Amino acid sequence: MSNHPLIDVRNLKQYFTVKADMITKLQLKAVDDVSFTINQGETLGLVGESGCGKTTVGRALLRLYKPTAGEVYFDGNLITDDNIDHYRKDMQVVFQDPYSSLNPRMTMADIVGEPLDIHGLYKTKAERKEKIAELVQLVGLNSDHARRYAHEFSGGQRQRIGIARALAVNPRFIVCDEPVSALDVSIQAQIINTFEELQEKLGIAYLFIAHDLLVVQHMSSRIAVMYLGKIVEVGPADEIIFHPVHPYTQSLISAIPLPDPKAARERRRIILQGDVPSPLNMPAGCPFRSRCRYATEECAQVCPSLEDMGAGHQVACYHPQG
Amino acid sequence: MSETTTLLQVNDLHTSFFTNSGEVKAINGISFSLDRGKILGIVGESGSGKSVTAYSLLRILTDPGRVTAGQVLFNGEDILTYSTQKMHSFRGSRISMIFQDPMTSLNPVYTIGNQLREAIRIHTDRTREQVHARALEMLTLVGVNEPEKRLKQYPHELSGGMRQRVMIAMALACEPDILIADEPTTALDVTIQAQILELMQELQHKLGMAIIMITHDLGVIADICDEIIVMYAGRVCERGTADEIFYNPCHEYTKGLIRSIPTFGSTHEKLTPIAGNPVDLLKLPSGCAFASRCDRAMKICLSDPPEEIRVNENHIAACWVNVKNVYDEAKEGQDQ
Repeated sequence: MSNHPLIDVRNLKQYFTVKADMITKLQLKAVDDVSFTINQGETLGLVGESGCGKTTVGRALLRLYKPTAGEVYFDGNLITDDNIDHYRKDMQVVFQDPYSSLNPRMTMADIVGEPLDIHGLYKTKAERKEKIAELVQLVGLNSDHARRYAHEFSGGQRQRIGIARALAVNPRFIVCDEPVSALDVSIQAQIINTFEELQEKLGIAYLFIAHDLLVVQHMSSRIAVMYLGKIVEVGPADEIIFHPVHPYTQSLISAIPLPDPKAARERRRIILQGDVPSPLNMPAGCPFRSRCRYATEECAQVCPSLEDMGAGHQVACYHPQG
Repeated sequence: MSETTTLLQVNDLHTSFFTNSGEVKAINGISFSLDRGKILGIVGESGSGKSVTAYSLLRILTDPGRVTAGQVLFNGEDILTYSTQKMHSFRGSRISMIFQDPMTSLNPVYTIGNQLREAIRIHTDRTREQVHARALEMLTLVGVNEPEKRLKQYPHELSGGMRQRVMIAMALACEPDILIADEPTTALDVTIQAQILELMQELQHKLGMAIIMITHDLGVIADICDEIIVMYAGRVCERGTADEIFYNPCHEYTKGLIRSIPTFGSTHEKLTPIAGNPVDLLKLPSGCAFASRCDRAMKICLSDPPEEIRVNENHIAACWVNVKNVYDEAKEGQDQ
């Protein structure tokens, strides 16, 4: 066993240039200095509100964008533009929208078979067909439907096709970008269980991106919380859920709608004032200070960096609570 | 007696969409009542008919949708028999609605003030100054900061949460008796969702209107509703107080829904999903629509639609398994 993590992201930055008007160009810091690791067979949950950069982290890490700065190591090897094609086989992605992420002109067999074609993972036509049938059954679909088109499947089934496509190349790591948020509750549970079963069976590591904290808490062994392009708190899932110390995480967790009327009546919500500031016009210092109850002058000066609180629990705050 | 508390009474409502591929029965005979000043939640998955219910109540169904049978009694009067003209003045002043998507339900080419004043002008005969004052008052009420400035802004200049507040202000401007909220927080982030839910509860206390809250999120429902209706394939599965539905669910579908969401804290316990896929509304079965996905389905479930039975005074369920349970219990009681 190697002792380095499977995925090691160091100081990842992803800036976009946005035209404010004809002349002015602004820099949008979608991901600003983010570091984390994911171990073999582990799930790291990544949560945050829309626009906080969680999807961009996933995409920059897979080099679907060209990162502005920072390094990504896969199994100890630095990933560069030259060797990324080699590592695509090990790192796959499942997208949020099962409707737009499948080509409507391809049959299920072609969609699942395409990665096999690209990476030349079969010798004969019969082998290809067999592999496709295997993958399709692995994710709980009927292989008799291989010649159907995407629109003939329901949302949950489409998401399964997306998972089968990701699994086709035997990846060791999958970025799951909001894979269940477009699905109905009863179907959500089916897909979550499929992800879990695949992890048990194949030992795949996940970066599980979602805004639904109940789902993330269920899936992940560790959770990272993002706010305006930065990780503000990261740690073991139970620690983050039950003993959050960053004021933002605390309000995020207190805002989860609990499917339990008694608990909902007893609980005190911490209501944040105002909206998320525009990432084009970020406040100096801590990005959360404009909505934070505990903000002091110190927070306006320099942005706090992640400090260890023990047991792998890190927080970026000058006034950690609790 | 009943007239003083029951505001809205829906009796055996049926709504269908007459499409080229046949009649889609979106609502198949639902009945419920809403009391003054209560929050009623309607929960169900996509295609269960919860939004169509709201559209039917307000008569804003678009072609080819039509209410085919039933009554909607508002203060004892059937609004389905109202003329188009009468409906125009009724809508917005007595019952108003906010929609899921605050991005698309405001007109992008008019200012917030323009749209808000229009809503007030149509339903009241206030002067220009009074209309303006009322618009300001409403924006302040829903917690929009700098209301004067906002009135002059266009929808795209406001964030999602702000836009939803403007929608709520517009809906409440004429002091309706009922506010229908169709997935009002689904498009919003968790912390903004908490703000909006808090605001709705606060306004409900202050203004005393009744709210019909339509959502697929069991968490939102548990948070703010007094009474809950669970819908599946255009029928009411179960109806009762929030505590009854969550702690004593009697319909197999409700039980399945509650089992399939991760609960706070219970990490790494496997979820129990509901098997199969939602039913095709073009081919509704003659029995219970949920029977094909139900583990405890019996012969009768496939042939006869379940009857609504009263579990207790706060709870009604339409499930044959539940009927059987009650029967078995009664029999056991007799034997002893």
